[in-house]
Amino acid sequence: MNCSEASLLLHAYTDGELDLVRSLDVEKHLQTCAACATQNRGLLSLRAALRTPDFAYRAPQSLRKKVRQISRTPDEKPRLTRMPWLWQWLATGATALAVLTLMLRPAGPSDRDLLANEMVANHVRSLMVGHLTDVVSSDQHTVKPWFNGKLDFAPDVKDFAAQGFPLVGGRLDYLNGRAVAALVYRRNQHFINIFVWPADRAGADKTATENRRGYNLINRDVNGLHYALVSDLNLAELSQLADLIGK
Amino acid sequence: MEPQAGFEQIVLPHLDAAYNLARWLAGNDHDAEDIAQEACVRAWQFFGGYRGGNSRAWLLTIVRNTAYTWLKKNRPQTMVTLTDDDLAEVEDTAGQGRAFQNADVPVLRAALEELPLEFREALVLRELEGLSYKEIADIAEVPLGTVMSRLARARRQLQTVFHRKGDVSK
Repeated sequence: MNCSEASLLLHAYTDGELDLVRSLDVEKHLQTCAACATQNRGLLSLRAALRTPDFAYRAPQSLRKKVRQISRTPDEKPRLTRMPWLWQWLATGATALAVLTLMLRPAGPSDRDLLANEMVANHVRSLMVGHLTDVVSSDQHTVKPWFNGKLDFAPDVKDFAAQGFPLVGGRLDYLNGRAVAALVYRRNQHFINIFVWPADRAGADKTATENRRGYNLINRDVNGLHYALVSDLNLAELSQLADLIGK
Repeated sequence: MEPQAGFEQIVLPHLDAAYNLARWLAGNDHDAEDIAQEACVRAWQFFGGYRGGNSRAWLLTIVRNTAYTWLKKNRPQTMVTLTDDDLAEVEDTAGQGRAFQNADVPVLRAALEELPLEFREALVLRELEGLSYKEIADIAEVPLGTVMSRLARARRQLQTVFHRKGDVSK
């Protein structure tokens, strides 16, 4: 990890929002780089200063009293009961809107589009919020049994370290309206999420490959399971991994 | 449970947090109290729609939206908010390693008050209220990545502004 990468991640690092692997990467860099270490100390010092009571305003007693009155004043009943006609009107409007939406559906984003967006979003989130893996292991015999009892199918987990794609771990995720397995691999500095679910579900193109917001997506059906690969890794190398799964 | 008792149990414990956010967004005690009170009235009106979950984030979302509506109406000039892409990077890296002391509080407070609204909001929710990126993203209705960049820029700007102010006061 170099300084520009580190300074990009430093805020998420001090906020405790990085996954374990990246957190350790930043930590390692801080031990060897005096400039970034100074920057890190500056962030911690700023945080400590902002967390003193000097910065936290407390609600005045007058406000506390007024708020206690709110729910005890007949005039301020929750609107739900006060204006039934408005809600009826809104409900009619909502139904009409729903019908319209259904009619207009073909013009909106397709299921495939939504799913692809969802996959990219899950991939990005997994890297960002310190939740890349629930089970951290490069041992396929640790990761595969971990999914037992958590899912109604058994994803095939293999380590491809020999081919340059070491297994990092696994995680439960939610995609396409169901719980799915997320297998995490690494290619040099790039993380790859592979989402796995039973193949019979509609919504994903069986072999679609696409690029979305700079992330590459590859879909494959193998032995009754659907594998969706997402990564910022280039398409050629990502295809190598997809082919390995297919073997 | 009576709705009234439920409402007080949900809202009163977070009243300090609600007021604190309103105070940092509004900039003075009087307006902050108005905004916080208005937000609590709305919270009571929406209480039928509250489905459990993180009550503090729920209330802070209402406070935030109330404050924005109030600011748009009463101080439109402060609402000339920049899009995140427009917000120029602070190139000045001076002061990034600075250690803060007790004596810095008044200057630091003024610097925080001068931050653009969205930056101030992100920093208050993160540092003063201790919310996670995900919670802040939900409250401010922006993606996680935007929360991260706003926080980074807010802190950098604070350090820079502070650094300049510090120079002037010396």
